[in-house]
Amino acid sequence: MIELLRRFGGKFRRCMVIGPACKLIEVIFDLLTPLVIAQMIDKGIAAHDVNAVVHYGMVLAAMAVIGISFTLVCQKMAALTSQGMGTDIRGALYQHINKLSYAELDRFGTPSLITRITNDVNQVQLAVALGVRMLIRWPFLAVGSMVAALAIDLKLGVIFLICTPAIGLVFWVVMARCIPYYKQLQAKLDRIALICREGLSGARVVRAFVREDHERERFAQAADDQANTAIAVGKLSSILNPVTFLVMNLGVCAILWVGGIQVNVGELTQGQVMAFVNYMTQTLTSIVYVANLVVVFTKASASASRINEVLNCVPSIADEGNQPVALPKPGATGNAALAPALSFDHASFSFGAGAANAVNDVTLELPLGKTLGIIGGTGSGKSTLVSLIPRLYDASTGSVSVTGSDVRTWPLDQLRRVVATVPQRASLMSGTIRSNLTWRDESATDEELWAALDMAQASEFVRSKSQGLDAPVEAGGKNFSGGQRQRLTIARALVGSPQVLIMDDSASALDFKTDAALRHAIRERSVRGAAEGGLPLTTVIVSQRVSTVRDADMICVLDHGSVAGLGTHDELYASCLLYREICQSQLRREELEGQQGSATPASAPTAPASVCAKEGC
Amino acid sequence: MNPYTSSGSVATMTANVSGNDKLNDLGDGPRQPGDPERYPVGAVTRRLMGYVRPHRISFTASFVSAAISVILQLYTPILIGEGIDLIVAAGQVDFDALLPLVTKLAIVVVGAAAFQWLQGYCVNRLSYETVRDMRVEASDKLSRMPLSFIDSHAHGDLMSRVVNDVDQVGDGLLQGFTQLFTGVITIVGTLAFMLSINLTMTLVVVLVTPLSIFAAGAIAKLSNKSFTAQQRIQGQLGGHIEEYVGEQKLVDTFACGPNAQQRFDALNAELYTVGERAQFMGSLSNPGTRFINNIIYAVVAVIGCVGVITGVPAALTVGGVQIFLSYANQYTKPFNEVTNVITQIQTAYASARRMFALLDAREQEPDATDAAELAAPKGEVAFEHVDFSYVPDRKLLQDICIEAKPGMRFALVGPTGCGKTTLINLLLRFYDIDAGRIMVDGRSSRDYTRASLRRAFGMVLQDTWLFEGTVAENIAYGCPDATREQVIEAAKRAHAHKFIVQLPGGYDTVIGEDGGTFSQGQKQLLCIARVMLTDPAILLLDEATSSIDTRTELQVQAAFDELMAGRTSFVVAHRLSTIRNADCILVMRDGQIIERGTHDELLVAGGFYAELYRSQFAQ
Repeated sequence: MIELLRRFGGKFRRCMVIGPACKLIEVIFDLLTPLVIAQMIDKGIAAHDVNAVVHYGMVLAAMAVIGISFTLVCQKMAALTSQGMGTDIRGALYQHINKLSYAELDRFGTPSLITRITNDVNQVQLAVALGVRMLIRWPFLAVGSMVAALAIDLKLGVIFLICTPAIGLVFWVVMARCIPYYKQLQAKLDRIALICREGLSGARVVRAFVREDHERERFAQAADDQANTAIAVGKLSSILNPVTFLVMNLGVCAILWVGGIQVNVGELTQGQVMAFVNYMTQTLTSIVYVANLVVVFTKASASASRINEVLNCVPSIADEGNQPVALPKPGATGNAALAPALSFDHASFSFGAGAANAVNDVTLELPLGKTLGIIGGTGSGKSTLVSLIPRLYDASTGSVSVTGSDVRTWPLDQLRRVVATVPQRASLMSGTIRSNLTWRDESATDEELWAALDMAQASEFVRSKSQGLDAPVEAGGKNFSGGQRQRLTIARALVGSPQVLIMDDSASALDFKTDAALRHAIRERSVRGAAEGGLPLTTVIVSQRVSTVRDADMICVLDHGSVAGLGTHDELYASCLLYREICQSQLRREELEGQQGSATPASAPTAPASVCAKEGC
Repeated sequence: MNPYTSSGSVATMTANVSGNDKLNDLGDGPRQPGDPERYPVGAVTRRLMGYVRPHRISFTASFVSAAISVILQLYTPILIGEGIDLIVAAGQVDFDALLPLVTKLAIVVVGAAAFQWLQGYCVNRLSYETVRDMRVEASDKLSRMPLSFIDSHAHGDLMSRVVNDVDQVGDGLLQGFTQLFTGVITIVGTLAFMLSINLTMTLVVVLVTPLSIFAAGAIAKLSNKSFTAQQRIQGQLGGHIEEYVGEQKLVDTFACGPNAQQRFDALNAELYTVGERAQFMGSLSNPGTRFINNIIYAVVAVIGCVGVITGVPAALTVGGVQIFLSYANQYTKPFNEVTNVITQIQTAYASARRMFALLDAREQEPDATDAAELAAPKGEVAFEHVDFSYVPDRKLLQDICIEAKPGMRFALVGPTGCGKTTLINLLLRFYDIDAGRIMVDGRSSRDYTRASLRRAFGMVLQDTWLFEGTVAENIAYGCPDATREQVIEAAKRAHAHKFIVQLPGGYDTVIGEDGGTFSQGQKQLLCIARVMLTDPAILLLDEATSSIDTRTELQVQAAFDELMAGRTSFVVAHRLSTIRNADCILVMRDGQIIERGTHDELLVAGGFYAELYRSQFAQ
């Protein structure tokens, strides 16, 4: 909290001084009120002086007016400070999150980041507002009442010295014991929700196994459990109000009795006894508020440290000082002198110190315009490997280069425009089709967009929308089917003429024909791009399907992060055990052999080119 | 893998169900909670009282103790005032009267505190127990609802009725009502006590206190507008954050952070403007009422003191002034509280309506009274001219005829949305057919009890469902009485034993929410083991399309084969091996069976299947 104040509070220093100072004036008046009433009684009534009474009445009214005026200033300061700081913190956080790289995003997790930038900032904002408004008021009022009481009469003041800590103690004990309960209660409520969710999502299974009674029982137990805890907390927390009431009024009893003795011997006046009673009430209210403030500040300081954790996190990937990389001249296509579009040089990567390498010593080179297929089981490191290319993660050892330059020497913006990615999960943002397609190139013309849509086999359904490119997209692209979303994300990557296209298992929702047409279109575009004097498009396709990668120029088989085989389909089928296993699990052995046997003998696999020709691509 | 199938069978099953019959419509979107006309306030209240009835002791006790406690609390200022009157000046203190008075005060205070505690305790008990009862009832209700209902309503919405709305009712109605009750008693009681002391002073208090209520109301009205604006912008900003930070990796990949930042900054700045205003306005209400109260305090003090001196407008003692001062303070509070409570009660009524709408939705038809038990099923299944549609005007299945002898293996093949998974829905009577008959062991499936019919089937869906519990519990889901040996045996036959014993807790490993860290393939193996254990006569399987790594996939395949041995089975097939090994392939398209036969027969026939086969598997 202090750290946040230091970082963001500077601008509001003046507000943070003026606000509480104004509040202090109101508090002092509040403290004086019982004394003025005491005067009114002792001077006015004792002397039967109506004018004196009216005079003190005016003083009270004047104090109220001045008090509210200063308070208004304070409230304004509080609003300015807290909202201003909240806005600044939110902005800084968002900016910082934008700078974080994958490694940090993984560490925090997106749901946690969202909570931090919304709830946590609001929590801090609330604490700042309350801090400016109340941090002075209530403690000062509590202490002030006590001090005033002691100043009037020491003997009576002792009652305060007993009652106030007693109430404070009750609060502390009850709250300290309730807070863990509240956590439990939340967990139990979450469990009720979980069972309810399970019951809904598993409705078919539950009914198919005829276990409705069991589920009913399970839910009832969870509900019962939660109710019992809630009642237990209730028992505890319902002590609070009665006990404070009790302590305070027993204090009043004591004041009356001891006060009576003091008045009788002339140490005190009747008005002063009344003042004591009023101070007692004021102290009590103050303690209740102080307790609330403690809760708010405890929460806020936890929030503040979560915010600081993000702000203090240094992004592991930075491109400061990197000069733009000159792309290879397109005219020189097809000659071997050109640097490879993509190369991995003993690249390894692990998600954390001590963790096994997710990518282990990968070395490969892919010439311009060629297609690389990457295949392997779940968790074999396929996605991690390709995420090294746009430098979403940095290789821990070894290096990755794009068009001959190490990715660490590229400006990130340029690198990520040269390398386009179609992520595994097809997600769109709310807006329009156009706003989703122009991510890579804001100035793309309609023609370019349609060309990308054509290539991604998406133009047909976009055309069928009456608003075409401006058709609305709901958050997450919910108003599109999985296959449509996937095709739109492919089109999104194709806008802005990328030189390297990475498709991370991103054709899984497409049917065979569309998938084939898509690959065909991309290949054609690569060839045409080269013919028109541009660079040919280099493609990386990640998949679990053999059929998707089998006609790639080069296939990389990954197993636990290491390259288990590198070559064409036929080379690998002959030489790589794992690859053969994958093929066999997807296409039955006899199927493979039968199919190959019909073209050429099984021992001499078909050349990839002829496979491709047969498919008609 | 097979490209002409969809992912997520349940998703396709549910996607078709949107227009449901009026009776089962919960009658509201998220914005329109409950239909007030269908549930007038009186009816809602009466129904809620029904829930309270079992706890009527707590209910009565809470109201009685609330009344006692409030009255005793209101009595204390009078006693204090009287006490002050006994302490006049030096030598004029009446100790003989003071001692009993202080004792009386102490007793009243202890009594008030005790009853206040009792009231709090009773209300808590009452509300939490009632909440529990309602919750269990709502959840039971869901288990009796037809699947069409569950499929056609957002699960989040149904859950929020069971979880949040019920809480809202507990908080708002039960606690709200007692607060309302205490508030009203406080107001009435204060009035009565003040009247018992002095009429004129009472009038003064009653006439000036509304000022504070008006002030609070005016401020609330002013700030409400700003708060609405603030909430709107906050919602927009939250939406932006949810979307963009939620997809931060994507934003990174496309290096389009600066654009997102621009939008964020604009919203953030707007939020500052409205937020600052809203907060300032909102923060006025406390000082505002405090100010008015201070003025009232001054007025009451002056008038009271003048009364003490001159007897005009009211003959009072000093203690009397003290009494009126504290009443003036107390009298306004319940008014503000009551206003708050009333809004709370309003939301609670809305929640109650939403909950009752759920409780009143039409349940699935109960089994016929003379329904038979399907005991020792043989596995004979026949569809006789079955028609079915999820939505009346969109026909799905038409004239489906299938005859399955015990032990036969059927593969269902066809493009997405052709009705393959619907057959599973119908066989298990998750949905009832529109025309025709489904026969099981020679009798219409409608003639059996649902429970016994469903026990005859074993089902493994693509969307694996595991619940929070141990591995063993999950496997034994269909046979809770199974011994550990039986569970292990089933797991072995499902090829799941090997990976289970490698888990840190073996069979007692707890599976987290959504299947925890298991891979898709492992989850499926567990589901297969589960069915293996129940040993059903008929199998309904939905092969997974993707996301299974190679080695597990081989195991899943072997497990499926083991499972199908000797049982009548219907498989929504994605694997060539399954299709080829089927006794009969049913090729479906647009809700009809367009071709049927073995793999070889269909290839020779050269129809739709042959085309599909060539486009997928042959080169």
